[in-house]
Amino acid sequence: MSSPSVPIDLQCERLCKAFGSHQAVCDVTFEIPRGSFFSILGPSGCGKTTLLRMLAGFLEPDAGDIRIKSRSMLGVPPNKRPLNMVFQHLALFPMMSVGDNIGYGLRRRGVGADEIRRRVADVLERVGLPGAGAKRIEQLSGGQKQRIALARCLVLEPAVLLLDEPLGALDLKLREQMKIELKQLQQTFGTTFVYITHDQSEAMVMSDRVAVMNHGRFEQVGTPQALYDAPLTPFVAGFVGDSNCIDGHLAGGSQGQCIVTAQGLDLAVVLAGASPVRAGDAVEVFVRPESIEVARGVHDMASDNQLIATVETVLFDGANSRIEVCGRTNRLDLLVRLPQTHEFADLRRGDIVSLGWMSGQTQCFAARRREDGGNP
Amino acid sequence: MRADGPRLATWLLLGPALLWLVLLIVLPHVDMLLVSLRLRAGFGQYQTSAVHYLAFFTEPLYWRTFMRTAVMSILATFLTLVIAFPVAWYIAKMVRGRVRSLLFLACLVPFWVSELVRTYGWMILLRETGVVSGFLQWSGLASGPVEMLYNDVAVMVGLVYASMLFMVVPLVTTLDSLDDSLIEAAYDLGGNAWSVLREIVIPFAMPGIVSGCIVVFMLSLGNYLTPVLLGGKDSMWFTEQIFTQFIVRFNWEQGAAFGVLLLVLSSLIVWLGLKLTRQSFTEVMR
Ligand SMILES: Nc1ncnc2c1ncn2[C@@H]1O[C@H](COP(=O)(O)OP(=O)(O)O)[C@@H](O)[C@H]1O
Ligand SMILES: [Mg+2]
Repeated sequence: MSSPSVPIDLQCERLCKAFGSHQAVCDVTFEIPRGSFFSILGPSGCGKTTLLRMLAGFLEPDAGDIRIKSRSMLGVPPNKRPLNMVFQHLALFPMMSVGDNIGYGLRRRGVGADEIRRRVADVLERVGLPGAGAKRIEQLSGGQKQRIALARCLVLEPAVLLLDEPLGALDLKLREQMKIELKQLQQTFGTTFVYITHDQSEAMVMSDRVAVMNHGRFEQVGTPQALYDAPLTPFVAGFVGDSNCIDGHLAGGSQGQCIVTAQGLDLAVVLAGASPVRAGDAVEVFVRPESIEVARGVHDMASDNQLIATVETVLFDGANSRIEVCGRTNRLDLLVRLPQTHEFADLRRGDIVSLGWMSGQTQCFAARRREDGGNP
Repeated sequence: MRADGPRLATWLLLGPALLWLVLLIVLPHVDMLLVSLRLRAGFGQYQTSAVHYLAFFTEPLYWRTFMRTAVMSILATFLTLVIAFPVAWYIAKMVRGRVRSLLFLACLVPFWVSELVRTYGWMILLRETGVVSGFLQWSGLASGPVEMLYNDVAVMVGLVYASMLFMVVPLVTTLDSLDDSLIEAAYDLGGNAWSVLREIVIPFAMPGIVSGCIVVFMLSLGNYLTPVLLGGKDSMWFTEQIFTQFIVRFNWEQGAAFGVLLLVLSSLIVWLGLKLTRQSFTEVMR
């Protein structure tokens, strides 16, 4: 998948881990080229932490292999692996100063005291906290703790840095800021990052490539754009970005353009996904709120799919404002992104709007079995 | 005026505690101090004098007994800590739920019987005609009866046994609050079992270690039954001296002086211990 000139830092092959009868991680295979930012995105409980703990060496996989720089890590204890981990709650040592926290790993490697002092000062400078070495951990703010936890690992120059939802505990504003900061730090240090999160926006903003995980398996691995534009499974279509999920039945066509009937409405869709679909099969159609064109009143939208609908709710959220609408002649509920133009400024509940979207902007999949869960 | 309500409530709540403190701790000690400083000049006639304190320093038996008691108590405290730490670690980190409650209960069970009976249990085990001696003879490891009572080892065993719970409880409490990810992080950064114990676990558990040690040291120093029953007549425990002065010799003044000295010197040792380990009392009591 990657160009052959970039060496592979981390490679996993058919990793499996079960807790009792529960298969927490199942047949996971991936490889990460040097210096890239790789995210694993999935809902909580899907096995992300389990996977990361296997990489760090705290759990032994039931089957499969982990290779760092082509060297197998099976049977290598955590303190001997050339990777480090930023823990979910950071796990900074409360009884040590900031400088001692960062110097801990170097002391364990037997680096001289002067050298440690120099490298700690250097890494503090690089994470933007020069001179913070003498501070106590409880004196730091949330964002500063974050950077110290990173510095504590990066000072050891690991081949791979693992991060387990490190931004989870921060408030929204700080999280937005740290996303950008984390990406910048990753680029300046050039370290390979494996970042796990349940927040799709974190994964999209920071990553070079994202793996979407569900029920212990990787559903799809790709760039954020690929996951957004061309999801391969209904789970990815529903989980990455917002999407309307419409249940229906395939009426005709089998390759490319097809017609789906949903709630008495015929929709032109494009078939996606690997499972074969035949006429009459139950399908799920995904349309993103931002793919739907809106006009006030009754209009011809010049799109493959058209719908006249009544506004049910206006969800004002600044640039990300949306409306919930319901079809006038059928019961099709849709979430539609509201354009930020003067025309829609006084849109109210009960107003009539015309909607239109192209078949190329829809994805149609064979319906999932119930236990896989519906649209999240 | 508004502050009066809560203030009154505070006093009402603190009242019983203060009363208890004054009546049972402060008053007897003040009285003991006064008694220790008087010298009987004649029948019903007293004068102030420090002669009983001087006796402690001039009579080698007295201060040697005290030194011996202090050293033995420090040793008992250390041994209790060494044994209790793995036990506390096991209870706090390795087991969950029912097993955990059961183990806690096992630490508590010895305290359901009186101290006297508990010590007598050790005597049954260790005496010449006791269980251990009998077993050694039966198995052929010893040819005749073996006396294991009335020596320092027996006293030490009894003291450690009696102190176990008071060390385990504070240790479990602090180790419980130690986040497992701290230990994992230390491993991840290259630590090994020994360095994680030394640099992460022990510094974190220090408040529990110190408060446990203070309690165990004070209990051992002030213990009377265990050294007398397991150590025999010549166990040379300082509390025994106090008992002798009060009850046998009826020399209340000397006994009171020893009581005050025990309090002052043990406080001094605890203070020294805190200074040496660079701990502050307020931090430990948090
Ligand atoms: N030590 C364990 N013993 C038993 N089950 C576990 C253990 N660790 C995790 N699990 C289970 O494995 C599943 C995946 O957990 P986890 O990897 O923590 O998910 P995530 O990090 O994605 O939220 C969960 O259902 C969890 O209950
Ligand atoms: Mg997790």
